[in-house]
Amino acid sequence: MLRNTLAITWKETKTYFSSPYAFIIAGVFLALTGYFFVQSISGPLPEASIRNWALGSTIIFVLWSPVLTMRLLAEEQKLGTLELLMTAPVRDSEIVMGKYLAALLVLLSTMVLTLFYVGMLMFFGDPDLAPIFVGYLGLLLYGAATLAVGLLASSFSPNQIVSAVVGFGVLLLLTLIAQAAPLTQGLTSQLLQQISLTDHFLDFARGIIDSHNIVYFVVFTALMLFLTSRNLESRRWR
Amino acid sequence: MAIQPEREVMIEAQGLTKYYGDFMGVENLNFKVMKGEVVGLLGPNGSGKTTTMRMLTGFMPPSSGTIKIAGHDMQAESLEGRRAIGYLPETVPLYTDMTVEDYLGFMGVMRGMSADRIKRRLGEVIELTKLGAYQHSHIAKLSKGYRQRVGIAQAIMHEPQVLIMDEPTVGIDPIQVVETRQLIKTLGEEHTILLSTHILPEVSMVCERVLIIHEGQLVAEDTPSNLAHRLRASDRVEVEVRGPSGEVTTALRTIQGVTNVTRTGGGDLATYMVEFRSDVDPREQIGKLVITKGWGLRKMNPLAMSLEEIFLRLTVREEGI
Repeated sequence: MLRNTLAITWKETKTYFSSPYAFIIAGVFLALTGYFFVQSISGPLPEASIRNWALGSTIIFVLWSPVLTMRLLAEEQKLGTLELLMTAPVRDSEIVMGKYLAALLVLLSTMVLTLFYVGMLMFFGDPDLAPIFVGYLGLLLYGAATLAVGLLASSFSPNQIVSAVVGFGVLLLLTLIAQAAPLTQGLTSQLLQQISLTDHFLDFARGIIDSHNIVYFVVFTALMLFLTSRNLESRRWR
Repeated sequence: MAIQPEREVMIEAQGLTKYYGDFMGVENLNFKVMKGEVVGLLGPNGSGKTTTMRMLTGFMPPSSGTIKIAGHDMQAESLEGRRAIGYLPETVPLYTDMTVEDYLGFMGVMRGMSADRIKRRLGEVIELTKLGAYQHSHIAKLSKGYRQRVGIAQAIMHEPQVLIMDEPTVGIDPIQVVETRQLIKTLGEEHTILLSTHILPEVSMVCERVLIIHEGQLVAEDTPSNLAHRLRASDRVEVEVRGPSGEVTTALRTIQGVTNVTRTGGGDLATYMVEFRSDVDPREQIGKLVITKGWGLRKMNPLAMSLEEIFLRLTVREEGI
């Protein structure tokens, strides 16, 4: 039932924005991307694009997403409220989706704030809007995928720090794994290349929409959410 | 026992068993709770009360056995079963950053209540649990006793058919304990309630029927007054006497306070089970009697009643309430 999911999303969103949590986390994102943005427009060859900070974001998300999602399921376990949710007539998948959408909302709000950079570009220059749009699409897909990893990490432990560290580790591995590709050959090499999150983002940053990248992110995110749901369900069987 | 057959079974556990790896949580529990009953699950800490309740509410599945809540099998129709349950876990689970009202509203939605019904019910529940002064407060700021009430409020918010409460009076002050018990009694008029406790007097105060669980097994099931009666009337001594068995039995019966004598074994050497009122101790008289009659007293062995033993272990003496 959609209503359960939305009720959980609403509750989580309120929690995010009623504390400094969401503001700090959005602020950090803006400060870091702001640095990349200024760098890209202040050199001898200033660029009217978002490519520089969008590429920078791939690193930022590795840390940012697990911190944003670490609370979501870890705290329910710590407070014991997961016991209430799991004994209420709510499906595990509804709990997971509700939580995920709340994190996604914070991501979206943060992305909306970065439109300030685009405004600056349009005010002072003449940017090509199509690649910017594609860049944003890529950022959203990439961000959404990292949040799903963070949520999965949050389902493993009642300890938020543990969940953040696990999420960070997994994302860092997924980011770096492509670098191992040249060391291997054939199928393994291709596989490593294909698993890597960052690799699929590069085309978006260049302004290229490739449907296989979109499919990758969608499938990857869905898989992470499915695993989260199964992990919650497995608690029932321990 | 006052169970009419036409009453609806609200909680039914059959062969309920839970193993945590090799460790036995509970084993082969069989019990029923009828509609409108207030039943206490009594047992010492670690006896399997929480495990049982977690299985009943669908939080974890049994290793084997079946559970039916309001007629719904908790494995096949878990969602329907869960809909019928209001649950207060042992550590009251609260979102401390929410206000009492928001929390109850959220739990109402989770329990599938419509917005209208939540609005209507919120007032009633807050009045029933006497939370009026705190409905707009953040839960983090409430004392333990009030948090307990919020916990009860969420459990009854959706007017569940079955109310399951794990140690509802633990950790709150004595006045609140009395109030909470009063509240449970009031709730018992409309709900089917299963509550766990390790406090014996609490059971006699609020429950119509008691299930005693010990080391994961159901060891007794009765009304509190029957149990108390059984305990009081249950002192026994086992005597082995060499003598004419018919005569010995009759002679033993004449001793003051003896309620019953049963003989096992025949011939001249037999064992007699002498039951007597708990306010007398006829052991010396028995000895005297046997010797003056010239029979042989071979053995005298006071028997601790197993139930009493369990009860003693169960009983937490409550003082000042």
